[in-house]
Amino acid sequence: MDFLSDHAPEQLPGNRPLPPVEGAVQAPHGTTIVAATFAGGVVLAGDRRATMGNVIAQRDIEKVFPADEHSAVGIAGTAGLAVEMVKLFQLELEHFEKVEGSTLSLEGKANRLSTMIRGNLGMAMQGLAVVPLFAGFDLDRGKGRIFSYDVTGGRSEEPGFAGVGSGSVFARGSLKKLYRDEMTEEQAATVVLQALYDAADDDSATGGPDMTRRIYPVVVAITEDGYRRLSEEEVSGLAQTVHDGRLRLPNGPQAPVS
Amino acid sequence: MSTPFYVSPQQAMADRAEYARKGIARGRSVVVLQYADGIVFVAENPSRALHKVSEIYDRIAFAAVGKYNEFENLRIGGVRYADLRGYTYDREDVTARGLANVYAQTLGTIFSANAEKPYEVELIVAEVGPAPEDDQIYRLPHDGSIVDEHGSVAVGGNSDQIGTYMDQRHREGMSLGEALKLAVEALKRDTNGSERSLDAEQLEVAVLDRERPQRRKFKRVPAGQVARLLEETPAPESTEGDSEGGDEDK
Repeated sequence: MDFLSDHAPEQLPGNRPLPPVEGAVQAPHGTTIVAATFAGGVVLAGDRRATMGNVIAQRDIEKVFPADEHSAVGIAGTAGLAVEMVKLFQLELEHFEKVEGSTLSLEGKANRLSTMIRGNLGMAMQGLAVVPLFAGFDLDRGKGRIFSYDVTGGRSEEPGFAGVGSGSVFARGSLKKLYRDEMTEEQAATVVLQALYDAADDDSATGGPDMTRRIYPVVVAITEDGYRRLSEEEVSGLAQTVHDGRLRLPNGPQAPVS
Repeated sequence: MSTPFYVSPQQAMADRAEYARKGIARGRSVVVLQYADGIVFVAENPSRALHKVSEIYDRIAFAAVGKYNEFENLRIGGVRYADLRGYTYDREDVTARGLANVYAQTLGTIFSANAEKPYEVELIVAEVGPAPEDDQIYRLPHDGSIVDEHGSVAVGGNSDQIGTYMDQRHREGMSLGEALKLAVEALKRDTNGSERSLDAEQLEVAVLDRERPQRRKFKRVPAGQVARLLEETPAPESTEGDSEGGDEDK
Protein backbone atom coordinates (compact mmCIF):
# COMPACT_ATOMS: atom_id res chain seq x y z
CA MET A 1 0.00 0.00 0.00
CA ASP A 2 2.91 2.31 0.72
CA PHE A 3 4.33 1.38 -2.64
CA LEU A 4 0.95 2.11 -4.22
CA SER A 5 0.71 5.53 -2.67
CA ASP A 6 4.15 6.41 -4.03
CA HIS A 7 3.78 5.03 -7.50
CA ALA A 8 0.09 4.83 -8.29
CA PRO A 9 -1.81 6.88 -5.70
CA GLU A 10 -4.90 6.95 -7.89
CA GLN A 11 -5.32 3.22 -7.15
CA LEU A 12 -5.90 3.86 -3.45
CA PRO A 13 -9.52 3.99 -2.33
CA GLY A 14 -9.00 6.90 0.06
CA ASN A 15 -7.32 9.19 -2.43
CA ARG A 16 -10.19 10.10 -4.66
CA PRO A 17 -11.75 13.56 -4.77
CA LEU A 18 -15.10 13.51 -3.02
CA PRO A 19 -18.08 13.88 -5.32
CA PRO A 20 -20.16 17.01 -4.67
CA VAL A 21 -23.55 15.50 -3.90
CA GLU A 22 -26.71 16.50 -2.15
CA GLY A 23 -28.60 13.86 -0.23
CA ALA A 24 -27.77 10.20 -0.09
CA VAL A 25 -25.99 8.60 -3.01
CA GLN A 26 -27.83 5.66 -4.53
CA ALA A 27 -25.46 2.73 -4.63
CA PRO A 28 -25.94 -0.94 -3.78
CA HIS A 29 -25.52 -1.68 -0.08
CA GLY A 30 -24.73 -5.00 1.47
CA THR A 31 -26.47 -5.86 4.67
CA THR A 32 -25.96 -8.47 7.37
CA ILE A 33 -22.82 -10.36 8.40
CA VAL A 34 -22.55 -12.56 11.49
CA ALA A 35 -19.75 -14.53 13.09
CA ALA A 36 -19.42 -16.96 15.99
CA THR A 37 -16.49 -18.81 17.49
CA PHE A 38 -16.56 -22.54 18.22
CA ALA A 39 -14.21 -25.04 19.82
CA GLY A 40 -11.67 -25.26 16.98
CA GLY A 41 -12.10 -21.94 15.19
CA VAL A 42 -14.66 -19.43 13.98
CA VAL A 43 -17.48 -19.27 11.44
CA LEU A 44 -18.41 -16.20 9.43
CA ALA A 45 -21.58 -15.92 7.36
CA GLY A 46 -23.33 -13.34 5.24
CA ASP A 47 -26.73 -13.13 3.56
CA ARG A 48 -26.91 -12.68 -0.21
CA ARG A 49 -28.90 -9.48 -0.64
CA ALA A 50 -27.73 -6.06 -1.85
CA THR A 51 -30.22 -3.21 -1.69
CA MET A 52 -30.40 0.23 -3.30
CA GLY A 53 -32.99 2.23 -1.42
CA ASN A 54 -36.13 0.13 -1.46
CA VAL A 55 -35.00 -1.93 -4.44
CA ILE A 56 -33.23 -5.28 -4.19
CA ALA A 57 -30.16 -4.54 -6.31
CA GLN A 58 -28.80 -8.05 -6.32
CA ARG A 59 -30.05 -11.26 -4.75
CA ASP A 60 -26.92 -13.39 -5.09
CA ILE A 61 -24.12 -11.04 -4.00
CA GLU A 62 -21.29 -12.58 -2.01
CA LYS A 63 -20.05 -10.55 0.95
CA VAL A 64 -17.71 -12.92 2.74
CA PHE A 65 -14.17 -13.27 1.39
CA PRO A 66 -10.99 -15.02 2.43
CA ALA A 67 -8.40 -12.47 3.56
CA ASP A 68 -5.63 -15.05 3.63
CA GLU A 69 -5.18 -18.70 4.66
CA HIS A 70 -6.28 -18.10 8.25
CA SER A 71 -8.68 -15.18 8.17
CA ALA A 72 -11.78 -13.93 6.42
CA VAL A 73 -13.64 -10.68 6.13
CA GLY A 74 -17.35 -10.03 5.68
CA ILE A 75 -18.57 -6.65 4.52
CA ALA A 76 -21.59 -4.48 5.17
CA GLY A 77 -22.09 -1.08 3.57
CA THR A 78 -21.50 0.25 0.08
CA ALA A 79 -20.81 -2.87 -1.96
CA GLY A 80 -18.50 -1.42 -4.61
CA LEU A 81 -16.19 0.33 -2.16
CA ALA A 82 -16.25 -2.61 0.22
CA VAL A 83 -15.27 -5.14 -2.42
CA GLU A 84 -12.42 -2.91 -3.49
CA MET A 85 -11.28 -2.50 0.10
CA VAL A 86 -11.26 -6.27 0.58
CA LYS A 87 -9.28 -6.70 -2.63
CA LEU A 88 -6.64 -4.27 -1.42
CA PHE A 89 -6.62 -5.88 2.03
CA GLN A 90 -6.07 -9.34 0.54
CA LEU A 91 -3.31 -7.97 -1.64
CA GLU A 92 -1.62 -6.33 1.28
CA LEU A 93 -1.61 -9.46 3.44
CA GLU A 94 -0.24 -11.54 0.58
CA HIS A 95 2.34 -8.91 -0.29
CA PHE A 96 3.57 -8.74 3.29
CA GLU A 97 3.78 -12.51 3.46
CA LYS A 98 5.86 -12.74 0.29
CA VAL A 99 8.20 -9.87 1.05
CA GLU A 100 8.79 -10.70 4.72
CA GLY A 101 8.59 -14.45 4.39
CA SER A 102 6.14 -14.75 7.29
CA THR A 103 2.47 -13.92 7.82
CA LEU A 104 1.20 -10.97 9.82
CA SER A 105 -0.17 -11.70 13.27
CA LEU A 106 -3.95 -11.71 13.55
CA GLU A 107 -3.77 -8.47 15.55
CA GLY A 108 -1.61 -6.97 12.82
CA LYS A 109 -4.14 -7.85 10.17
CA ALA A 110 -6.99 -6.44 12.26
CA ASN A 111 -5.07 -3.19 12.78
CA ARG A 112 -4.33 -2.85 9.09
CA LEU A 113 -8.02 -3.20 8.25
CA SER A 114 -8.76 -0.53 10.82
CA THR A 115 -6.46 1.93 9.02
CA MET A 116 -8.11 1.19 5.71
CA ILE A 117 -11.59 1.88 7.09
CA ARG A 118 -10.33 5.14 8.57
CA GLY A 119 -9.10 6.06 5.09
CA ASN A 120 -12.65 5.81 3.82
CA LEU A 121 -14.08 8.20 6.42
CA GLY A 122 -14.64 11.00 3.89
CA MET A 123 -16.80 8.76 1.77
CA ALA A 124 -18.55 7.41 4.85
CA MET A 125 -19.61 10.97 5.77
CA GLN A 126 -21.29 11.18 2.36
CA GLY A 127 -23.26 8.03 3.02
CA LEU A 128 -20.88 5.57 1.43
CA ALA A 129 -19.75 3.75 4.55
CA VAL A 130 -17.96 0.43 4.62
CA VAL A 131 -18.12 -1.60 7.82
CA PRO A 132 -16.46 -5.01 7.78
CA LEU A 133 -16.39 -7.85 10.25
CA PHE A 134 -13.05 -9.60 10.51
CA ALA A 135 -12.59 -13.14 11.80
CA GLY A 136 -9.61 -15.42 11.87
CA PHE A 137 -7.80 -18.21 13.59
CA ASP A 138 -5.02 -16.96 15.84
CA LEU A 139 -2.22 -19.48 15.37
CA ASP A 140 -0.31 -18.18 18.40
CA ARG A 141 -3.22 -18.49 20.80
CA GLY A 142 -4.80 -21.47 19.04
CA LYS A 143 -8.36 -20.11 18.85
CA GLY A 144 -10.80 -18.27 16.63
CA ARG A 145 -11.20 -14.52 17.17
CA ILE A 146 -13.62 -11.88 15.87
CA PHE A 147 -13.05 -8.15 15.37
CA SER A 148 -15.74 -5.59 14.62
CA TYR A 149 -15.30 -2.01 13.43
CA ASP A 150 -17.12 1.29 13.25
CA VAL A 151 -17.02 3.74 10.32
CA THR A 152 -14.13 5.69 11.83
CA GLY A 153 -11.95 2.60 11.97
CA GLY A 154 -12.47 1.96 15.68
CA ARG A 155 -11.71 -1.67 16.32
CA SER A 156 -13.02 -3.91 19.05
CA GLU A 157 -12.59 -7.57 19.68
CA GLU A 158 -15.85 -9.42 20.22
CA PRO A 159 -15.94 -12.36 22.58
CA GLY A 160 -17.99 -15.26 21.21
CA PHE A 161 -20.10 -13.72 18.48
CA ALA A 162 -20.75 -10.52 16.53
CA GLY A 163 -22.81 -9.04 13.74
CA VAL A 164 -22.71 -5.98 11.49
CA GLY A 165 -25.08 -4.40 9.00
CA SER A 166 -28.69 -3.33 9.02
CA GLY A 167 -30.00 -6.69 10.20
CA SER A 168 -27.34 -7.14 12.85
CA VAL A 169 -29.55 -5.84 15.66
CA PHE A 170 -31.89 -8.78 15.18
CA ALA A 171 -29.08 -11.21 14.39
CA ARG A 172 -27.28 -10.30 17.59
CA GLY A 173 -30.45 -10.81 19.62
CA SER A 174 -30.78 -14.23 18.12
CA LEU A 175 -27.08 -15.09 18.64
CA LYS A 176 -27.33 -14.04 22.27
CA LYS A 177 -29.93 -16.70 22.92
CA LEU A 178 -28.42 -19.45 20.77
CA TYR A 179 -24.68 -19.09 21.26
CA ARG A 180 -22.85 -21.24 23.77
CA ASP A 181 -19.21 -22.06 24.36
CA GLU A 182 -17.57 -25.13 22.92
CA MET A 183 -19.93 -25.74 20.03
CA THR A 184 -18.91 -27.94 17.09
CA GLU A 185 -18.34 -26.40 13.68
CA GLU A 186 -21.69 -27.69 12.43
CA GLN A 187 -23.54 -26.27 15.44
CA ALA A 188 -21.84 -22.92 14.99
CA ALA A 189 -22.78 -22.88 11.29
CA THR A 190 -26.39 -23.66 12.24
CA VAL A 191 -26.40 -20.88 14.84
CA VAL A 192 -25.23 -18.24 12.36
CA LEU A 193 -27.84 -19.43 9.84
CA GLN A 194 -30.53 -19.10 12.52
CA ALA A 195 -29.28 -15.60 13.27
CA LEU A 196 -29.39 -14.62 9.58
CA TYR A 197 -32.89 -16.08 9.36
CA ASP A 198 -33.99 -13.89 12.26
CA ALA A 199 -32.32 -10.87 10.67
CA ALA A 200 -34.09 -11.49 7.37
CA ASP A 201 -37.35 -12.00 9.29
CA ASP A 202 -37.33 -8.48 10.71
CA ASP A 203 -35.07 -6.43 8.42
CA SER A 204 -36.27 -5.83 4.86
CA ALA A 205 -32.72 -5.28 3.60
CA THR A 206 -31.51 -8.71 4.66
CA GLY A 207 -32.27 -11.69 2.46
CA GLY A 208 -33.36 -15.02 3.90
CA PRO A 209 -32.43 -18.37 2.37
CA ASP A 210 -34.02 -18.37 -1.10
CA MET A 211 -35.44 -21.89 -1.35
CA THR A 212 -36.99 -21.40 -4.79
CA ARG A 213 -33.84 -20.12 -6.48
CA ARG A 214 -31.56 -22.22 -4.28
CA ILE A 215 -29.57 -19.20 -3.10
CA TYR A 216 -28.22 -19.73 0.42
CA PRO A 217 -26.04 -17.61 2.69
CA VAL A 218 -22.27 -17.85 2.30
CA VAL A 219 -20.81 -19.65 5.32
CA VAL A 220 -17.08 -20.03 5.88
CA ALA A 221 -15.17 -21.76 8.66
CA ILE A 222 -11.63 -20.96 9.70
CA THR A 223 -9.72 -23.49 11.76
CA GLU A 224 -6.11 -24.37 12.32
CA ASP A 225 -6.17 -26.04 8.89
CA GLY A 226 -7.10 -22.77 7.26
CA TYR A 227 -10.00 -21.14 5.45
CA ARG A 228 -12.80 -23.32 4.15
CA ARG A 229 -16.01 -22.26 2.49
CA LEU A 230 -18.84 -24.64 3.24
CA SER A 231 -20.05 -26.28 0.04
CA GLU A 232 -23.45 -25.58 -1.47
CA GLU A 233 -24.69 -29.02 -0.30
CA GLU A 234 -23.57 -28.46 3.29
CA VAL A 235 -25.17 -25.02 3.50
CA SER A 236 -28.38 -26.09 1.74
CA GLY A 237 -28.64 -29.03 4.16
CA LEU A 238 -28.28 -26.79 7.19
CA ALA A 239 -30.57 -24.12 5.70
CA GLN A 240 -33.19 -26.81 5.05
CA THR A 241 -33.00 -27.93 8.70
CA VAL A 242 -33.41 -24.35 9.87
CA HIS A 243 -36.29 -23.82 7.44
CA ASP A 244 -38.05 -27.04 8.52
CA GLY A 245 -37.69 -26.03 12.15
CA ARG A 246 -39.29 -22.68 11.39
CA LEU A 247 -42.29 -24.40 9.77
CA ARG A 248 -43.05 -25.78 13.23
CA LEU A 249 -41.86 -22.82 15.30
CA PRO A 250 -41.84 -19.69 13.10
CA ASN A 251 -39.84 -17.74 15.68
CA GLY A 252 -37.11 -20.32 15.85
CA PRO A 253 -35.69 -22.37 18.71
CA GLN A 254 -36.80 -21.32 22.14
CA ALA A 255 -34.31 -20.62 24.88
CA PRO A 256 -35.24 -21.60 28.44
CA VAL A 257 -36.79 -18.74 30.43
CA SER A 258 -34.54 -19.15 33.37
CA MET B 1 48.88 17.53 -18.68
CA SER B 2 47.94 13.92 -18.22
CA THR B 3 46.08 12.14 -20.98
CA PRO B 4 42.95 10.25 -19.86
CA PHE B 5 43.69 6.64 -20.69
CA TYR B 6 41.49 4.98 -23.27
CA VAL B 7 39.58 1.78 -22.70
CA SER B 8 37.71 0.37 -25.68
CA PRO B 9 34.00 -0.38 -25.11
CA GLN B 10 34.64 -4.04 -25.92
CA GLN B 11 37.25 -4.22 -23.20
CA ALA B 12 35.07 -2.35 -20.71
CA MET B 13 32.16 -4.74 -21.27
CA ALA B 14 34.39 -7.80 -21.14
CA ASP B 15 35.82 -6.61 -17.83
CA ARG B 16 32.38 -6.08 -16.38
CA ALA B 17 31.17 -9.48 -17.57
CA GLU B 18 34.26 -11.10 -16.10
CA TYR B 19 33.69 -9.33 -12.79
CA ALA B 20 30.07 -10.44 -12.59
CA ARG B 21 30.83 -14.01 -13.64
CA LYS B 22 33.48 -14.38 -11.00
CA GLY B 23 31.16 -13.09 -8.32
CA ILE B 24 28.46 -15.56 -9.34
CA ALA B 25 30.88 -18.48 -9.59
CA ARG B 26 31.84 -18.10 -5.93
CA GLY B 27 28.40 -19.14 -4.69
CA ARG B 28 26.69 -22.51 -4.59
CA SER B 29 24.32 -23.51 -7.37
CA VAL B 30 20.57 -23.62 -7.75
CA VAL B 31 18.87 -26.11 -10.05
CA VAL B 32 15.37 -26.04 -11.46
CA LEU B 33 13.70 -29.08 -13.00
CA GLN B 34 10.34 -29.87 -14.51
CA TYR B 35 8.59 -32.92 -13.10
CA ALA B 36 5.20 -34.49 -13.82
CA ASP B 37 3.16 -32.22 -11.50
CA GLY B 38 5.12 -29.01 -11.78
CA ILE B 39 8.51 -27.45 -11.31
CA VAL B 40 10.93 -28.18 -8.47
CA PHE B 41 13.62 -25.76 -7.22
CA VAL B 42 16.60 -27.14 -5.34
CA ALA B 43 19.27 -24.89 -3.85
CA GLU B 44 22.25 -25.70 -1.73
CA ASN B 45 21.67 -23.30 1.11
CA PRO B 46 22.65 -23.87 4.73
CA SER B 47 20.68 -20.81 5.89
CA ARG B 48 17.04 -21.23 6.97
CA ALA B 49 16.38 -17.51 6.95
CA LEU B 50 17.93 -16.22 3.75
CA HIS B 51 16.09 -17.84 0.89
CA LYS B 52 17.43 -18.40 -2.60
CA VAL B 53 14.04 -19.59 -3.83
CA SER B 54 10.87 -17.57 -3.27
CA GLU B 55 7.32 -17.08 -4.33
CA ILE B 56 6.50 -14.19 -6.64
CA TYR B 57 2.87 -14.76 -7.53
CA ASP B 58 0.22 -17.47 -7.96
CA ARG B 59 2.05 -19.59 -10.51
CA ILE B 60 5.40 -17.84 -10.58
CA ALA B 61 8.51 -18.40 -8.50
CA PHE B 62 11.98 -16.98 -8.42
CA ALA B 63 15.41 -18.50 -7.80
CA ALA B 64 18.71 -16.69 -7.68
CA VAL B 65 22.41 -17.05 -7.08
CA GLY B 66 25.03 -14.41 -6.45
CA LYS B 67 25.05 -11.54 -4.00
CA TYR B 68 22.18 -11.78 -1.53
CA ASN B 69 21.42 -8.09 -1.18
CA GLU B 70 21.32 -7.64 -4.94
CA PHE B 71 18.95 -10.48 -5.77
CA GLU B 72 16.80 -9.77 -2.71
CA ASN B 73 16.34 -6.29 -4.11
CA LEU B 74 15.28 -7.75 -7.45
CA ARG B 75 12.98 -10.25 -5.75
CA ILE B 76 11.11 -7.54 -3.85
CA GLY B 77 10.90 -5.51 -7.05
CA GLY B 78 9.38 -8.53 -8.75
CA VAL B 79 6.82 -9.11 -5.99
CA ARG B 80 5.80 -5.45 -6.22
CA TYR B 81 5.55 -5.56 -9.98
CA ALA B 82 3.42 -8.72 -9.86
CA ASP B 83 1.14 -7.54 -7.04
CA LEU B 84 0.57 -4.12 -8.60
CA ARG B 85 -0.19 -5.66 -11.98
CA GLY B 86 -2.54 -8.25 -10.50
CA TYR B 87 -4.36 -5.59 -8.48
CA THR B 88 -4.68 -3.16 -11.37
CA TYR B 89 -5.81 -5.72 -13.95
CA ASP B 90 -6.40 -9.33 -12.99
CA ARG B 91 -4.42 -12.13 -11.41
CA GLU B 92 -4.28 -13.88 -14.76
CA ASP B 93 -2.45 -10.95 -16.31
CA VAL B 94 0.70 -11.54 -14.30
CA THR B 95 2.99 -13.73 -16.37
CA ALA B 96 6.54 -15.01 -16.05
CA ARG B 97 7.29 -13.58 -19.50
CA GLY B 98 6.33 -10.07 -18.41
CA LEU B 99 8.30 -10.39 -15.20
CA ALA B 100 11.36 -11.80 -16.97
CA ASN B 101 11.23 -8.82 -19.33
CA VAL B 102 11.24 -6.38 -16.44
CA TYR B 103 14.20 -8.17 -14.86
CA ALA B 104 16.05 -8.20 -18.17
CA GLN B 105 15.54 -4.46 -18.52
CA THR B 106 16.78 -3.81 -15.00
CA LEU B 107 19.81 -6.06 -15.24
CA GLY B 108 20.67 -4.77 -18.71
CA THR B 109 20.49 -1.15 -17.62
CA ILE B 110 22.66 -1.77 -14.57
CA PHE B 111 25.14 -3.76 -16.63
CA SER B 112 25.61 -1.07 -19.26
CA ALA B 113 25.39 1.99 -17.00
CA ASN B 114 28.82 3.48 -16.53
CA ALA B 115 28.77 4.55 -12.92
CA GLU B 116 27.72 1.41 -11.12
CA LYS B 117 29.18 -2.03 -10.93
CA PRO B 118 27.12 -4.77 -12.58
CA TYR B 119 24.94 -6.96 -10.40
CA GLU B 120 26.63 -10.25 -9.56
CA VAL B 121 23.47 -12.31 -9.88
CA GLU B 122 21.87 -14.87 -12.10
CA LEU B 123 18.12 -15.39 -11.87
CA ILE B 124 15.55 -17.97 -12.82
CA VAL B 125 11.90 -17.05 -13.25
CA ALA B 126 9.55 -19.99 -13.70
CA GLU B 127 5.83 -20.29 -14.21
CA VAL B 128 3.87 -23.51 -13.87
CA GLY B 129 1.12 -24.02 -16.44
CA PRO B 130 -2.01 -26.18 -16.47
CA ALA B 131 -0.02 -28.92 -18.30
CA PRO B 132 3.74 -29.67 -18.46
CA GLU B 133 4.02 -28.25 -21.99
CA ASP B 134 2.72 -24.90 -20.71
CA ASP B 135 5.48 -24.57 -18.11
CA GLN B 136 7.90 -21.72 -18.69
CA ILE B 137 11.41 -21.36 -17.33
CA TYR B 138 13.52 -18.30 -18.04
CA ARG B 139 17.15 -17.89 -17.08
CA LEU B 140 18.46 -14.34 -16.74
CA PRO B 141 22.23 -13.95 -16.69
CA HIS B 142 23.90 -10.87 -15.18
CA ASP B 143 23.97 -8.90 -18.47
CA GLY B 144 20.20 -8.71 -18.97
CA SER B 145 19.70 -11.34 -21.66
CA ILE B 146 16.89 -13.89 -21.40
CA VAL B 147 17.30 -17.59 -22.12
CA ASP B 148 14.20 -19.72 -22.54
CA GLU B 149 14.92 -23.08 -20.88
CA HIS B 150 13.19 -26.46 -20.97
CA GLY B 151 13.48 -29.55 -18.82
CA SER B 152 16.24 -28.64 -16.42
CA VAL B 153 18.53 -25.70 -15.75
CA ALA B 154 21.34 -24.85 -13.35
CA VAL B 155 22.79 -21.50 -12.32
CA GLY B 156 25.64 -20.54 -10.04
CA GLY B 157 29.10 -21.82 -9.23
CA ASN B 158 29.48 -25.04 -11.10
CA SER B 159 26.51 -24.63 -13.40
CA ASP B 160 28.13 -25.96 -16.61
CA GLN B 161 28.97 -29.36 -15.20
CA ILE B 162 25.76 -29.63 -13.20
CA GLY B 163 23.69 -28.52 -16.19
CA THR B 164 25.24 -31.10 -18.50
CA TYR B 165 24.82 -33.83 -15.91
CA MET B 166 21.12 -33.05 -15.56
CA ASP B 167 20.48 -32.59 -19.28
CA GLN B 168 21.71 -36.09 -19.94
CA ARG B 169 19.53 -37.66 -17.30
CA HIS B 170 16.40 -35.54 -17.16
CA ARG B 171 13.32 -36.92 -18.85
CA GLU B 172 9.70 -35.84 -19.08
CA GLY B 173 7.18 -37.01 -16.50
CA MET B 174 9.60 -37.69 -13.64
CA SER B 175 8.06 -37.98 -10.20
CA LEU B 176 8.97 -35.39 -7.56
CA GLY B 177 11.22 -37.92 -5.81
CA GLU B 178 13.07 -38.75 -9.02
CA ALA B 179 13.56 -35.13 -9.97
CA LEU B 180 14.77 -34.32 -6.47
CA LYS B 181 17.19 -37.24 -6.50
CA LEU B 182 18.60 -36.12 -9.85
CA ALA B 183 18.95 -32.54 -8.59
CA VAL B 184 20.84 -33.66 -5.50
CA GLU B 185 23.10 -35.98 -7.52
CA ALA B 186 23.85 -33.06 -9.83
CA LEU B 187 24.53 -30.60 -7.01
CA LYS B 188 27.04 -33.00 -5.45
CA ARG B 189 29.33 -32.53 -8.44
CA ASP B 190 32.36 -30.44 -7.54
CA THR B 191 34.41 -28.29 -9.87
CA ASN B 192 37.26 -30.76 -9.89
CA GLY B 193 35.00 -33.68 -10.79
CA SER B 194 34.83 -35.22 -7.31
CA GLU B 195 31.63 -35.58 -5.32
CA ARG B 196 30.68 -33.97 -2.05
CA SER B 197 28.05 -35.28 0.28
CA LEU B 198 24.81 -33.32 0.70
CA ASP B 199 22.02 -34.05 3.13
CA ALA B 200 18.49 -32.69 3.34
CA GLU B 201 19.43 -30.14 6.01
CA GLN B 202 21.69 -28.32 3.57
CA LEU B 203 19.06 -28.06 0.88
CA GLU B 204 16.38 -25.50 0.24
CA VAL B 205 13.62 -27.14 -1.76
CA ALA B 206 10.41 -25.61 -3.09
CA VAL B 207 7.88 -26.59 -5.72
CA LEU B 208 5.37 -24.96 -7.99
CA ASP B 209 2.77 -27.70 -7.83
CA ARG B 210 0.09 -27.48 -10.51
CA GLU B 211 -2.10 -29.98 -8.59
CA ARG B 212 -2.26 -27.77 -5.48
CA PRO B 213 -5.91 -26.79 -4.98
CA GLN B 214 -5.08 -23.25 -3.78
CA ARG B 215 -4.59 -20.37 -6.17
CA ARG B 216 -1.02 -19.97 -5.00
CA LYS B 217 0.92 -22.94 -6.30
CA PHE B 218 4.22 -22.25 -4.54
CA LYS B 219 5.11 -24.48 -1.60
CA ARG B 220 8.29 -25.00 0.37
CA VAL B 221 9.24 -28.61 1.01
CA PRO B 222 10.51 -29.02 4.58
CA ALA B 223 13.80 -30.85 5.21
CA GLY B 224 12.05 -33.84 6.77
CA GLN B 225 9.98 -34.42 3.69
CA VAL B 226 13.01 -33.94 1.43
CA ALA B 227 14.90 -36.61 3.35
CA ARG B 228 11.93 -38.96 3.13
CA LEU B 229 11.52 -38.40 -0.63
CA LEU B 230 15.23 -39.01 -1.22
CA GLU B 231 15.14 -42.17 0.84
CA GLU B 232 12.03 -43.59 -0.78
CA THR B 233 13.18 -43.02 -4.35
CA PRO B 234 15.41 -45.78 -5.72
CA ALA B 235 18.72 -44.66 -7.15
CA PRO B 236 18.61 -44.02 -10.90
CA GLU B 237 19.51 -47.08 -12.92
CA SER B 238 22.37 -45.43 -14.76
CA THR B 239 25.83 -46.80 -14.16
CA GLU B 240 28.03 -44.69 -11.94
CA GLY B 241 28.89 -41.15 -12.88
CA ASP B 242 30.59 -39.78 -15.89
CA SER B 243 29.96 -42.27 -18.72
CA GLU B 244 28.22 -40.09 -21.28
CA GLY B 245 24.85 -41.20 -22.61
CA GLY B 246 24.84 -44.02 -20.10
CA ASP B 247 21.04 -43.94 -19.90
CA GLU B 248 19.58 -45.80 -22.82
CA ASP B 249 16.33 -46.22 -20.91
CA LYS B 250 15.38 -42.54 -20.86
